Amino acid sequence: MTVTTHEANVLGEDPFETANLLDPYPFLGRLRDAGAVSYLESTGSYAVAGYQEVYEVLTDFETYISSGGLGPRDIRKDSGWRPPSILESDPPIHTVMRRALTGVINPSTVRALREPFTPPAVELTEQLAQRRTFDAITDLAEKYPLRVFPDAVGIPDVGREHLLPYGNMVFNAFGPENYIFKQAFAQGDEHAAAVMRNCQRENLDDVGFGAQIWKRVEDGLITEQQATLLVRALLSAGVDTTIFGIGNTLSVLARYPEAWAQLRDNPKLAKFAVDEALRLESPFQKFHRTVAVDTVLGGVHLPAGAKVLVFLGAANRDPRKWGENADEFDLNRNASGHVAFGMGLHQCVGQPIARLEMEIVLQQLLQRVATIEPDGAPVPILHNVLRGFESLPVRITAA
Amino acid sequence: MSAAAGATIDAVVDQVDIVADQVVSLVLRRADGRPFQPWQPGAHIDVHVGDGLVRQYSLCSSPDTLDHLRIGVLHVPDSRGGSKAVHALLAGTPLTISEPRNNFPMRESRRYLFIAGGIGITPLIPMLEAAEAAGKEWTLVYGGRSRNTMAFAQQLEDRYGPDRIRIIAEDEVGRLDLDQILGMPRAHMLVYACGPGGLLGAVEERCMGWPPGALHTERFVASTLGAAAANAPFEVELARTGTTVTVPNDKTILEAVEEVGVRVLSSCRGGLCGTCETPIISGEPEHRDAVLSEEDREAGEVMLVCVSRAAAGCPRLVLDL
Repeated sequence: MTVTTHEANVLGEDPFETANLLDPYPFLGRLRDAGAVSYLESTGSYAVAGYQEVYEVLTDFETYISSGGLGPRDIRKDSGWRPPSILESDPPIHTVMRRALTGVINPSTVRALREPFTPPAVELTEQLAQRRTFDAITDLAEKYPLRVFPDAVGIPDVGREHLLPYGNMVFNAFGPENYIFKQAFAQGDEHAAAVMRNCQRENLDDVGFGAQIWKRVEDGLITEQQATLLVRALLSAGVDTTIFGIGNTLSVLARYPEAWAQLRDNPKLAKFAVDEALRLESPFQKFHRTVAVDTVLGGVHLPAGAKVLVFLGAANRDPRKWGENADEFDLNRNASGHVAFGMGLHQCVGQPIARLEMEIVLQQLLQRVATIEPDGAPVPILHNVLRGFESLPVRITAA
Repeated sequence: MSAAAGATIDAVVDQVDIVADQVVSLVLRRADGRPFQPWQPGAHIDVHVGDGLVRQYSLCSSPDTLDHLRIGVLHVPDSRGGSKAVHALLAGTPLTISEPRNNFPMRESRRYLFIAGGIGITPLIPMLEAAEAAGKEWTLVYGGRSRNTMAFAQQLEDRYGPDRIRIIAEDEVGRLDLDQILGMPRAHMLVYACGPGGLLGAVEERCMGWPPGALHTERFVASTLGAAAANAPFEVELARTGTTVTVPNDKTILEAVEEVGVRVLSSCRGGLCGTCETPIISGEPEHRDAVLSEEDREAGEVMLVCVSRAAAGCPRLVLDL
């Protein structure tokens, strides 16, 4: 079969330039309009931003592999800064790790978390509802996951302060080694060592997800090193992303007072609001895959070894998939199919935990807060691949 | 026992063949000589086996030939009469059946892996034909106790060749090596598995390492081995919404509920991610997902509405929707 190919459109703009990180959407619109597949001079990688191409790259895990790492460098040639995680592995290594993790994090184990996860959300929102203004990021989004998630994994209190800086390293390393990366890695060794200590069997409690993962070692399913890496994966992937998910949801809802009113009338819609907010303001915006064999995508020939930068956050706003109002929050939209948690083989295992945390926080806030609106401009965070806010001042009226 | 659903058809047993130890194949035609309605791979029919008993049997003939239907039936000594009654049928016997219906539809994909355990081969046979006709990349792994118990094994091997058809007879080479079969997930490959619960449980466990939604199973109920699981339409009452919807055979609860405008959060829609988990207020579910634990299944307090249905003999589920 002969496939007609054309050259990728070459883009001089840099997605990792400060302005494009602080306000990504104008650039992402231009990238989508430039064609199905573009070539980014700044990173030397190809880029996909349309839903169809992003979906194809995510689901064809044989052609677009993960073991080259999620950053712009190929860690197969040039070893990475840490032992490869489940995110940076392909079948069959990925398969045993994924099986172990799915066996531990599933609907029944996550359902049991609703009870312990609720009181901290009640306490936090009760305190905030007594104030007229607060910062939705520093007073709520950053506090809640750090209160509940490390307990669910079962790590000791000592060393928890390293979780956020470590997550910041892990995710920023999916971008180029720019000044943001270097800042994140400034005290990298210390944070990495502290987190790794908490992944060891003897430092985990007996009931949390960490202990459950280590049980799989006794069952002979995974090795001790894999267990350590899986606990590390939970700790590095499960905190920042959820913080950004909560913050981004509130940043959207503060701008849509009708949606807040609708949610107050029908709090059951909270999880749909979270889903639509994740589509619109996806915390995990982009990462790289590596082309395993020469292939053609969107009419463009991609050579083996090339890196492809996958823009999840752009796919989630592609008007061809979501319609002309793709850039708007619509509580009545069916957002299922969005790729905020990825799609296919590497789709986020912690998804049900993240959804549970976000839903609980929103429901508790809805009970106590009648109206919420911005109180000054939000401050977007400067991050290579995550989208979120450092500060989101809001003004509320108590219910 | 499942209730008879919809219109029945007067059929005649046209041919009875012993196709393996304890397995007969029946060829059925309509009594009025007309063709059957078109059907798709994975479909089954209800067979009224007498004394008010209704059993479901998967179709293993070709959807291209509608002048007859073929079913394969395993004789189960301790069954409650279904397979015994069917085994007693002779050519020329009138039989009441339903039109073909499908709860195990074959979804579009680039590649397929079929896994059959024993008589679970039946619904897969039309799927193999469809995959072959469409030029898909596919293989069948077919496990059974011994070759003489494995219906259609030789015909399939002759027709498609040993590269496509892997016959694993336990008395020759041991049981299916699922770690080897499922240890290396493939992109854009769907897994269709049919057989006894033990096999499907083991397949589900391994498919946790596959992309969500890759696995599709049809589980046999012990009491009706040789039959597809209960497949009658049923009602779902949405307690919060205050409406009741009928879930027909060819739709999931999720689809039926969404059609009346009630929202349920879902993601994989294949029983693998758990997003659509819904509390059950009353009624007994038949769990067809791959994620709930044994305790959850027994407790019957929640179900995944993207794949699970009402149990046989439970005409109405009340859900917290």
